[in-house]
Amino acid sequence: MKCENCGEREASVHFTQIRNNRKNEMHLCKECAKSKGFHNPLDDVPFPLAEFLTSMVKHGTAPSDPIARLVCSECGMRFIDFSRIGRFGCGQCYTAFRAPLEDLFRKIHGATRHCGRTIHRPPQSGPGLIEEEVRLKDELKKAIEREDFELAADLRDRLKSLTIDTSAPSTGETA
Amino acid sequence: MIRSFDELVQRPVTWLSGEGEHAEVVLSSRIRLARNLSRHRYPARAEVDEARAVVDLVKTAVEKSPLVQGGAFFESTELGEIERDLLVERHLISPEFMRDETPRGLYVDDDEAASLMINEEDHLRIQAVRSGLDIKQALDRARGLETQLAEGLSFDFDSRLGFLTACPTNVGTGLRVSVLIHLPGLVLIKEMDTVLSQVNKIGLAVRGFYGEGSDVLGNLFQVSNQTTLGRSEEDLVDSLEKVTRQLLAYESNARRRLFTDAPDHIRDKIWRAFGILANARVLSSQEVMNLLSAVRLGVAMGESMGLDLGQINQLMLSTQPAHLQHHFGKTMTPEERDVARAELVRKQLTKRRPIRRAGPRKSDHSEPDSE
Ligand SMILES: [Zn+2]
Ligand SMILES: [Zn+2]
Repeated sequence: MKCENCGEREASVHFTQIRNNRKNEMHLCKECAKSKGFHNPLDDVPFPLAEFLTSMVKHGTAPSDPIARLVCSECGMRFIDFSRIGRFGCGQCYTAFRAPLEDLFRKIHGATRHCGRTIHRPPQSGPGLIEEEVRLKDELKKAIEREDFELAADLRDRLKSLTIDTSAPSTGETA
Repeated sequence: MIRSFDELVQRPVTWLSGEGEHAEVVLSSRIRLARNLSRHRYPARAEVDEARAVVDLVKTAVEKSPLVQGGAFFESTELGEIERDLLVERHLISPEFMRDETPRGLYVDDDEAASLMINEEDHLRIQAVRSGLDIKQALDRARGLETQLAEGLSFDFDSRLGFLTACPTNVGTGLRVSVLIHLPGLVLIKEMDTVLSQVNKIGLAVRGFYGEGSDVLGNLFQVSNQTTLGRSEEDLVDSLEKVTRQLLAYESNARRRLFTDAPDHIRDKIWRAFGILANARVLSSQEVMNLLSAVRLGVAMGESMGLDLGQINQLMLSTQPAHLQHHFGKTMTPEERDVARAELVRKQLTKRRPIRRAGPRKSDHSEPDSE
């Protein structure tokens, strides 16, 4: 879609404008939006995100380009795929694409570091309790089917020690 | 306790009750937290089995959590098209929820003020909504739910980047805070342009409500944060609240001006809208929203219309296509819906009710009476 103001550049900023009590859709390119006082670098996030991502890849589409070759070992997503859909495949993608992402975060958020709430459990501390419980129960079932009662007893103990104390009141952590 | 889907849909939505601080302008305050489970691919990239496993894990976590007892769990596979549309109209799921075969889930807490969407863009979308301007309570509610879920689930979290999300625009806090705000005064005095551009400048987004795409219906706007990385949750919430209070002041001022400068004209506009709503035989969804907007302004300014803010808010929902069809118990063409809509509104408006004032007449916009 072309910009409604200059008719030249692609419209990337979309506004709903109310004038004379009538709703008015406006599709502007970034330059025109800025000149009309509408500019906000973050307002049009989904659009420059795609734009920005493609520009990053276009810069060096040479197969030798290190960015183009980045791939997430966990989910197999390539940076080139990410730049097309703008969505990560898994948490590991953040590590795999770390270098080019710094720029992207600066552009989207004006920051590259989280400074909000943190969780206390270290990220590499293993699966969540429920996940562990589901896994152990599954193993237990198989052990019983195989009549491996020694293992079954062991698994039962581990399950018991895992029991989540849901009676604990929710703490002041939410405040 | 919600026992069935029908029960959920028939109950009034608490966040549209018209209660809470500044409900004459702010309909609701909403918090959304995006979270993902570590070691699982994100929904868009997960195989069906893996997505299925995530739904099951979260379901187990929910069942073990004391916070969410009494609510109801729905799986995407058990929802039909009408059910889905009803949930979308209630803002419990996004339209994308049923877009493909990915197993998804929805948990709705007992009072519908908190919910979880599973396997939409992220594994988890924790939502909390409150009536009126009440962002902090909504944040507490969402965090309470998150804390409970975190007992059994391990979230993707990075010490540098915070909570990891499927889209890079949500990384960090994963927090989206928004208010749904009714600004008929600013629209009428033609100040909306200025206000919109100001709000845009400070990095907040303004969107229309209920419309197709970015249509603004009924002078309702949604204001929300755009950035999620580099600022704390409190900081994000504070700045949105500050801007909302600013908008509130502008809007109150605009309303006051309208009622001082041209009281007959503005009251004429309001009562004509009431007249049409109370008598029309055919009403499109767009028309109904705009007329209800005028009546809402009247009620907020103390006009005795036999309605309160909560009833108007509920009408804005119950006149939506899926709710309308659910109410009449049949599927209808758009033309049939316009007739049914007029009937529903007419009944609601001509029912004689005890008059309750929602706000002071020559408004100083202090707090409206809470019920
Ligand atoms: Zn232009
Ligand atoms: Zn990945």
